[in-house]
Amino acid sequence: MSMLEMRGITKRFPGVIANQDVDFDVRAGEVHTLLGENGAGKSTLMKILFGLYQPDEGEVIWQGSPATITSPSQAIEAGIGMVHQHFMLVPTLTVAENVALGLSSGRAPFTDLDAVSERIREISDQHGLSVDPSVDVWRLSVGERQRVEIMKALYRQAELLVLDEPTAVLTPQEVDDLFEILRRMTDEGRGLIFISHKLHEVMALSDRITVLRNGRVSGHTTPGETSREELAAMMVGRAVKLTPDRPPVETGDSRLEVRSLSVQGDRGTRAVDDVSFDVKGGEILGIAGVSGNGQREIAETIAGLRTPLPGSSVLLDGTDVLPMKTKQRRDLGLAYVPEERMKDGAVGDFSVSENLILVNHDTAEFTSSGLFNFDAIRRHCSELVERFAVKTPTIDTPTSSLSGGNIQKVIIARELTGNPGVLIASQPTRGVDIGSAEYIHEQLIAQRDRGTATLLISEDLDEVLGLSDRIAVVFEGRIVAIVDADDATRENIGLLMAGVVEPTG
Amino acid sequence: MSDFFTMSILVATVASGIRLATPYLLAGLGETVGQRSGVLNLGVDGVMQLSAFFAYWTVLETDNLILGSFVGVGVGLVMGVIYAVITVVLQAQQGISGIGIFLFGLGFSDLMFRRQVGTPKPANQLPDVPIPLLSDIPVIGEALFEHSWLTYLAFAMVPLLAFMLRKTTFGMNIRAVGENPQAADSLGVSVGWTRTYAILIGNAMAGLAGAALVLELGIFQPNLTAGLGFIAVALVYFGAWRPAGVMSGALLYGLVAAVVLQWKAQGIIPRSASDIAAMAPAVLTIIALVVLAGRVQAPSALTRPFSRH
Repeated sequence: MSMLEMRGITKRFPGVIANQDVDFDVRAGEVHTLLGENGAGKSTLMKILFGLYQPDEGEVIWQGSPATITSPSQAIEAGIGMVHQHFMLVPTLTVAENVALGLSSGRAPFTDLDAVSERIREISDQHGLSVDPSVDVWRLSVGERQRVEIMKALYRQAELLVLDEPTAVLTPQEVDDLFEILRRMTDEGRGLIFISHKLHEVMALSDRITVLRNGRVSGHTTPGETSREELAAMMVGRAVKLTPDRPPVETGDSRLEVRSLSVQGDRGTRAVDDVSFDVKGGEILGIAGVSGNGQREIAETIAGLRTPLPGSSVLLDGTDVLPMKTKQRRDLGLAYVPEERMKDGAVGDFSVSENLILVNHDTAEFTSSGLFNFDAIRRHCSELVERFAVKTPTIDTPTSSLSGGNIQKVIIARELTGNPGVLIASQPTRGVDIGSAEYIHEQLIAQRDRGTATLLISEDLDEVLGLSDRIAVVFEGRIVAIVDADDATRENIGLLMAGVVEPTG
Repeated sequence: MSDFFTMSILVATVASGIRLATPYLLAGLGETVGQRSGVLNLGVDGVMQLSAFFAYWTVLETDNLILGSFVGVGVGLVMGVIYAVITVVLQAQQGISGIGIFLFGLGFSDLMFRRQVGTPKPANQLPDVPIPLLSDIPVIGEALFEHSWLTYLAFAMVPLLAFMLRKTTFGMNIRAVGENPQAADSLGVSVGWTRTYAILIGNAMAGLAGAALVLELGIFQPNLTAGLGFIAVALVYFGAWRPAGVMSGALLYGLVAAVVLQWKAQGIIPRSASDIAAMAPAVLTIIALVVLAGRVQAPSALTRPFSRH
C-alpha cells in the first residue's frame, strides 16, 4: 500500500501549466525517483506536497486518507520531511539548536537542549549519521551539514523524506555514504522521494522512477527495465547521446602552460598551491574535483581576473600572460566561459546581440569612428544564433528572458567566435537542459578538433569523463594526479577527488 | 592636571560617566535585540526624542516620575508597532524607513513641545537611590551604587538580555531569524512575529532611554538627544551584537564624556578648545569602529526583509 498518493494533480499558472494530470505515489520502504529537466514540474509537485501551492485539480492522499496541507509546518507535523538542495541551516547555531528550532519544548520558555542532544545521539547511532550535537554548524563540512538536514527530518519522525538534488555538492565517496544511510532508512520502512538529474545515481538508488516532461508524466519505470539512455530520452522527448563521440585527433604543441601556480583565495588561505600542467592544441584537459578545491581560482587567474602569488607563470602559445590585462590576453587568443553564467558570463539586461559582441564590439568589423555598424552586427549575430541553435524570439530579446541552456549557448557562441587558441570552460553545462548540454558538448569537441587547447572545469564527473583526453584531479588546491582518459574510471577519479592517492597511481 | 587626580573628583567623574552612559546603554541594548533578529532601526534617536518629550510632559503635569517612565516606554511601543508594520508587514527598505522615523520623532517632539509647553520649565528629576550597605563601601560605593533606579535597571538588563538571547527558546528564534530566516521558516518558526517582538523590545527600550535622558536632566528642549540614538546604533556594532560588548561601549563613551566635562569645568581644557573636546567621544567611537571593522560578522540577514517567494 502506498503511504503517499498524488492523484491527477493539475496546477496552472498564468500562461503555463506546471503540472498536468500527474500521478505519483510512494510506498513504505522504497525510493521513488522524480526525474525531469528544470521546469518539467518537479518542484511544483513538491511545493504542492508541502502546502506552498494548492492544486487546481487532483488530490493528495496521505496514509490512506485525503489530506489538505496548507503549510510546510503542517507537512512536517504529518511526517513529511525535506532535505533542501540549498541547506536550511543557521550556521551560527549549534547542531542541537538547529534541530530544536521550531519544536515545542516541555520546559518553556527554555529549550531543553540536553534532551535534544541526547535524542540526536540516539538517532545518529541508529542511522549511522555520526552527527555531534554540540558543534556550531559553520564548522561542518558540506557532507556533515547534509547529515544535519537528514537529522532534522528524522528527529521530527518523518515517515516520508524528500531529497532535492542531495548529491550535487558531494564527493563520490560521500555519495556512497549517503546512499548507505538512505538504504538504512528505507529498510526501516520509510519512504523516500529522490530528486536528481544524475542518471547513474538514479539507476543505482531507485526502486521506481517517474519521469516528468513539460508538466506531464512521460513514463513510470524501474531501473531493471530501463537504461540511462532511455531515461534521458524520456526526459527530453527524443533520443539523446549521453557520451559524445570523441574522434582521435593529432595533438599539437602545448598552447597553455601553467607553471607553479599559487593563488590566494578569498578567505586569505592558499586556494591554489603550486599547480603545473600543459594543455596541447587539439586536446581537452578536464579538471575534476569537488567544488571549492581551487578550480575557480585557477580559471580566474588564467583569464586575468585574479592575481597569483609570486613565482607563478602562465604561458599562452609561449607568451607569458601574467603581466597582461584581460583584454590583451583575449587578443592573444584566450576565450573564457565563466562558471557563473548570469554574474560573470552575460549581462542579463542586454539583448542577445549585445551579449554576442560583448568582447569584440570595438573591432573594426563592428565599429567605425566610434559608432556601431548595426548592419554588420545584425548579420554577425543572426548567423551565430542560427549556427549555435539559440532559441530566442529575436536577437534584440533581453538575454535574461532566455532559458539557462540558451543563455549558455549565447556565451559559448561568443567565446568560440574567432577560433580561440585556448578555451577555459568552467561548468559549461551546469543547470542546463540535457538537449542544450548535448549540443554544447558537441561544440566543445568540434572546437578541440579544430586545434583549440581546452581546459574543462566541471563538478559533473560524467562530463569530465566523457569529454576529456586527460583528467587532472584537484584536491585542496593541488593537482593530486593527471590521468589519461583511457585509464580513468568513476571509481579511481572519485577516490582521487577525495584526496586518496594510491601508491600505484 | 594634578587637581584631577584627587579622590573625590575621580569618584565624581566615574559616577557621572555611569550616569551619562545610561541612555546609550538602554537604547543600544534594545537595538541589539532588534538587529539580532535581522532588523536595523535607524529611528532610535527619533523614538528617544518623542518618548523624552512625552515623559517630560507627563512629569511636568503629574510630578509622577514612575508614570513618566512608563509613558516613555509606551511611546516606544507605539513607534515599535509602526516600525514593525513598515518593515515586517510591508517589507520596506529598513535604512530609509528608520531615517523616516527619526525625522518624524525630531519634528513631532519639537512641535508638541512648542504647542504644549512653549518655554523650557524644570520638571522633577530622577532621585539617586543609594543601595543600602553597598553604597557604604568606601570610594566604590559612591561611584557605583548611588544612582537612579533607571541606571540600575539599565545595567541589570545586560545579563538579562544576554541570558534571554543565549538560553531561551525565544532568544534562539531571534538569532535564527537574524541569520537564516528561510531555515527558521521551514521549521515553522514565525519570522514575522519573532522580528515584531524583537522590534517592540528594541523600541520600548529606546523609549525608556529617552525617558531616562530627560528625567535625569529634568528639562526638555528641542533636539534634546543631539544624535545620541545614532551613537547607540554605532555601539551595537562596537559591541559586536552582544549585550556585554554594548555595555563596554556605552561605559567608555560615558566616561570619556564625563572626563571632558570635568576638565572643562576645571579649566584644564581651555574654553577655545571646548567644542573640539566635546567631539572626543564621537571620534573615539569612529576610531574603535574602524579598528574593529570586519572582525565580527553582523547577523547575516540584517536589513533583509523576509518573504517566502
